[in-house]
Amino acid sequence: MNMAVKPKADTAVGEILKLAIMAVGGQGGGVLTSWIETLARSQGYDAQATSVAGVSQRTGATIYYLEMTPSTGQQPVFALAPSGGDVDVLIAAEMMEVGRSIMRGFVTPDKTTLIGSTHRQLAVSEKSIPGDGIADADEVRAAAEVAAQRLILADMDRLAVEQGSVISASLFGALAGSGALPFTRAAFEDAIRAGGKGVEASLRAFDAGFKTADQGPNALARAPVADGPKIIGPKAKMRDWAALLEQVKALPEPVQMMAETGLRKVVDFQDVAYGAGYLAAVSRVQSADSASQDWLLTNEAAKYIANAMAYDDVIKVADLKTRASRHARIRQEMGAGDDQLIQLTEFFHPRAEEIAGLMPAKMGAKWEASERRMARLDRWFGKGRRLRTDSLRAFLMLHVLGGLKGYRLRTRRHSVEVAHCEKWMQACLEMAAQDYALAVELVRNRRLIKGYSDTHARGLSKFDRVMAAAHLLEGREDAAQWMARLREAALQDPAGKALEGAIATVESFV
Amino acid sequence: MAERSFKAEVEHLRKGDGDVFTGEGILAITKALLENGVGYVGGYQGAPISHLMDVLSDAEELMGELGVRFEANASEAAAAAMLAASVHYPIRGAVTFKGPVGVNVASDALANLCSSGVTGGALIIVGEDYGEGSSIMQERSHGFAMKSQFWMLDPRPNLPSITKAVKDGFELSEASNTPVMLMVRIRSCHVTGSFETSDNVPPPLTMKQAIAAPQSDFQRVVLPPWSYVHEQQKVKERWPAAEKFIVENNLNEVMGPQGAKMGIVLQGGMYNGVIRALQRLGLADVFGKTDVPLYVLNVTYPLVREEFDAFCDGKDHILVVEEGQPEHIEQHLGSFLYKAGAKLKLYGKDVLPMAGEYTGQVMLDGMTAFLKKAAPDMLPGQVRAPNRDTPAIPDLSKVVPIRPPGFCTGCPERPIFAGMKLVEEELGKHQITGDIGCHLFGSLPPFEIGGATMGYGLGPAANGAFDGGGERRAISMLGDGGFWHNGLSSSIGNMVYNKSDNVVVIVDNYYSAATGGQDLLSSRAQSDTKNTGNPIQDALKGVGVKWIRTIDHTYDVAKVRDTVREALTTDFKGPKVIVASSECMLNKQRREKPLRAKAIKEGRRVDVPRFGVDADICTGDHACIRLSGCPSLSLKRLDDPLRDDPIAHIDQTCVGCGNCGEVADAAVLCPSFYRADVVHNPGGLERWWAGKRAGIIGWLQKRRDDNRLRLSDAITVAAPEGARAAPLPPMGALK
Repeated sequence: MNMAVKPKADTAVGEILKLAIMAVGGQGGGVLTSWIETLARSQGYDAQATSVAGVSQRTGATIYYLEMTPSTGQQPVFALAPSGGDVDVLIAAEMMEVGRSIMRGFVTPDKTTLIGSTHRQLAVSEKSIPGDGIADADEVRAAAEVAAQRLILADMDRLAVEQGSVISASLFGALAGSGALPFTRAAFEDAIRAGGKGVEASLRAFDAGFKTADQGPNALARAPVADGPKIIGPKAKMRDWAALLEQVKALPEPVQMMAETGLRKVVDFQDVAYGAGYLAAVSRVQSADSASQDWLLTNEAAKYIANAMAYDDVIKVADLKTRASRHARIRQEMGAGDDQLIQLTEFFHPRAEEIAGLMPAKMGAKWEASERRMARLDRWFGKGRRLRTDSLRAFLMLHVLGGLKGYRLRTRRHSVEVAHCEKWMQACLEMAAQDYALAVELVRNRRLIKGYSDTHARGLSKFDRVMAAAHLLEGREDAAQWMARLREAALQDPAGKALEGAIATVESFV
Repeated sequence: MAERSFKAEVEHLRKGDGDVFTGEGILAITKALLENGVGYVGGYQGAPISHLMDVLSDAEELMGELGVRFEANASEAAAAAMLAASVHYPIRGAVTFKGPVGVNVASDALANLCSSGVTGGALIIVGEDYGEGSSIMQERSHGFAMKSQFWMLDPRPNLPSITKAVKDGFELSEASNTPVMLMVRIRSCHVTGSFETSDNVPPPLTMKQAIAAPQSDFQRVVLPPWSYVHEQQKVKERWPAAEKFIVENNLNEVMGPQGAKMGIVLQGGMYNGVIRALQRLGLADVFGKTDVPLYVLNVTYPLVREEFDAFCDGKDHILVVEEGQPEHIEQHLGSFLYKAGAKLKLYGKDVLPMAGEYTGQVMLDGMTAFLKKAAPDMLPGQVRAPNRDTPAIPDLSKVVPIRPPGFCTGCPERPIFAGMKLVEEELGKHQITGDIGCHLFGSLPPFEIGGATMGYGLGPAANGAFDGGGERRAISMLGDGGFWHNGLSSSIGNMVYNKSDNVVVIVDNYYSAATGGQDLLSSRAQSDTKNTGNPIQDALKGVGVKWIRTIDHTYDVAKVRDTVREALTTDFKGPKVIVASSECMLNKQRREKPLRAKAIKEGRRVDVPRFGVDADICTGDHACIRLSGCPSLSLKRLDDPLRDDPIAHIDQTCVGCGNCGEVADAAVLCPSFYRADVVHNPGGLERWWAGKRAGIIGWLQKRRDDNRLRLSDAITVAAPEGARAAPLPPMGALK
């Protein structure tokens, strides 16, 4: 909020109120527009609305625009589209649309009440890159605080969905609660009733929006967020777990949180003994680290060693797919009631690599080395399988697979992962003595390995290329920064074009 | 069935003398047509006048009562050709389509129509798709009026003016034997407001009466020597008649004070924008009372010299406000002034930009620049000497992503492009042309399949130069709308004729979907007034296509992939056409949702599918999104310090189309996806058996859990806002 709210209740005859709605197609901007129009006319105003049909349907950004002024009998001249610097109320139905409205100059500190929803509906460009491409909402918020005369920001989408309604209703409520229009709350609610569809749910969402605008975003009591996941299990094993946790306390304080999180992950993946192996690996890094660096290397290692050790094999996937907690979670997510059943279909497409990975280490290596054998595996297993995990047959199959933990450490996949992890740790530890910051970056490169099948293979190849660039950078003062840049480039596109470019740049200056 | 139903609104079209109509521009236009005794209407859908076609279609019953014929034309050319009825018969006709692409298609018929001239009023209502929200190239329809000699109305964008323009248009057309184009801009089609109605008037001569008494006159046929005569008639008879009518009936308006030294000439459609700029400069009031003289051209072609001269009399500075380029009106007025030896200064595309929409800011800047030169004393002090510091608002251009339109949630075209993308990964990139329609979104990320688009139904024709063949076959996309509009003859027929070896993918979504879901020849919907259900495949066979493959469920990504691969690699010589059919999801949902809700309410067994992603299995590589782009498949951040990247997430807007599962399988992506079918009202036996199974599964799960350590629940989800900062903001974002 910038200045005191200028009350609009005494809008003089002759003044035009201008209101723009920026939405993403499919959000019900048209409904909101018609409510506002109905409201204004019912209160003795002349009103005009314009929209651009078509785009609004198909997920593009679109603007609805309204103008209103008290009726005098004479026809006012209204504009058809908003002008920069001349909008009294701007409603943006998504956080980046808040940003767009500011960019387009529709939000100005001298007059605009900005009502925005903080929820995100990601653009294709944000979600398709392999890394994290989500736009920075904090920057938009900061700009909104400068640009708006009055600012109302809340997750209007959630407010509406919680009431079984859609965002247009909570935004309409927020508009009422903002006091930016000189109409009573009852008049707003009548406009919803006049619309005739889903009235009760709309009114509940309206109320949530109203309270949020009127009393601030914390007006509605929220259920406390659940604590993070914990390790649970039979008593005897919990004692072993408690002993492991004691070992975590022996680690430097800044590392403990990450190490405990990592430990939970690997114990969930395998067992307590495996967890002890994890802690040993972390301690190994610790011995090459020091308090003067705030144990950064160890902390990062605690994170990425856990990810490396809890690799995504068939056993893990089968286990996760057949857990009791999963069934409960899906029921809740799908909003299934007690009188409804849920049928679950899983989509598996095993390749020869996964089958060979499940074989005993030596045998698997032999099969992997033979193209003919791999082709045979592919013929036998390599096709899409849809498994109904609510059925006994499919459940049993996955349940058995998921129970192969006792055998896992003897599989080909495990031996490959152990070797890979060891090689990576070795490289990091060697570098630690030489260039600490670069070693931290080498640890972080592990982020590149993710996904399954081809995506996983591409990730591995990117990881290899980025790791190999370390020797190019060795000895440079900015080696760590460059390594970080290479990794970011690798996360830009799936094919690794940005990475190729970045490596070419590095090669050009060494 | 069109995307939006106007059945309720259409009742307002029955209003009579002294009633007030309140609603949208397109409805007002329809009402005005009925009030002015129109005998037949037609057109072809396209933004921004799609809804006008829908209104006409929904008003068919009312029009039938009045004796008005409604024809859904095959194309804009067909619509313009239909106005031929007004050549010989004194019947008013109106057609509608979009400009300029619709006008381009119609121009052949328009040119012939203009040569013949009309007896009954002929009105072409063009939605000028220019500026924000437009999906096409930015061009003007004005040039077509100049070349064919028809008249152009550009009324002020409010309902009374637009409806008056319908009346004026018919009368002007009849007075000058010339078709009239009524131009409505994109936002004025959907502007709301009120006007006073009058009774509907049945056509004095109906089409049925006319066909019973056929008329012809060879002098109106466009053949020499009469075509030369027509040209002379255009300039010697029709043009002067039009000017006379325009002046005598005051179609153009002069506003503001007399005796001012400067003034503004503007297109009627620019009026509200000009007034708003003047309001902001304190030179006009809310009701449009202005201190600056205005000459409002509700008729932008022809320009009437005597009116313009009278307006300029005594003035030193004139500004022309004319949106779009080139500046036809400014040039025309300039030549008037030059020939008259006038000394006054003419402004236009110097203080205003040559290209682009005249938005509020552009208009304000242009007016200000003009007045600074023409009448600086009139400007408020603030404008002349700005001294207020406004706070700098952070630049968000590097932060806010663009958001072009794309495939809807559950769109049946998405899996077609996913399949083609997989073929591209196997066989390499191919020469691909797109067409007009929703499928053109396939050329955008994440698919980036398709290159040029040359016009409706011209996708395969745009690959004509590649029909000679080569190492890799060319592919062209074509929608069912484009197929029937023009594609069957111009594209497919000629591939057969020229022995093309290329591939066509026809995207058949049962409707002209991009324009709002209107029915087509091949639509599956039953219609009382139209003949639907004519398969595209039959038409293909009819023009001699031998290699035809049908995919009747486009969500089968593997089948799409295999069929496209087969088309690209088969030894068969000749055009290969794949017809990929599944219903437009927007329409399907609109049709099925109410039925489903009703069935659930009535206690019948209903199975509602939705997809989900297992958060603990997804690794956040986003490969699935690169083969989808579905609005309901998005990302979320986990409250897990071990994870760097957001993971895939399917929100509740998912319609369970199946694409995610098919892609995960066909592209061998990952096992994170699952499909959950919520069964409403399951039967007794089904419930009993499910209980038994759940009992056994639960026992197995408990047995394992009793013997191991595990996480309580995989992972809880952080705030869904995505409001946490990205690790590295885009370059330059932090200023």
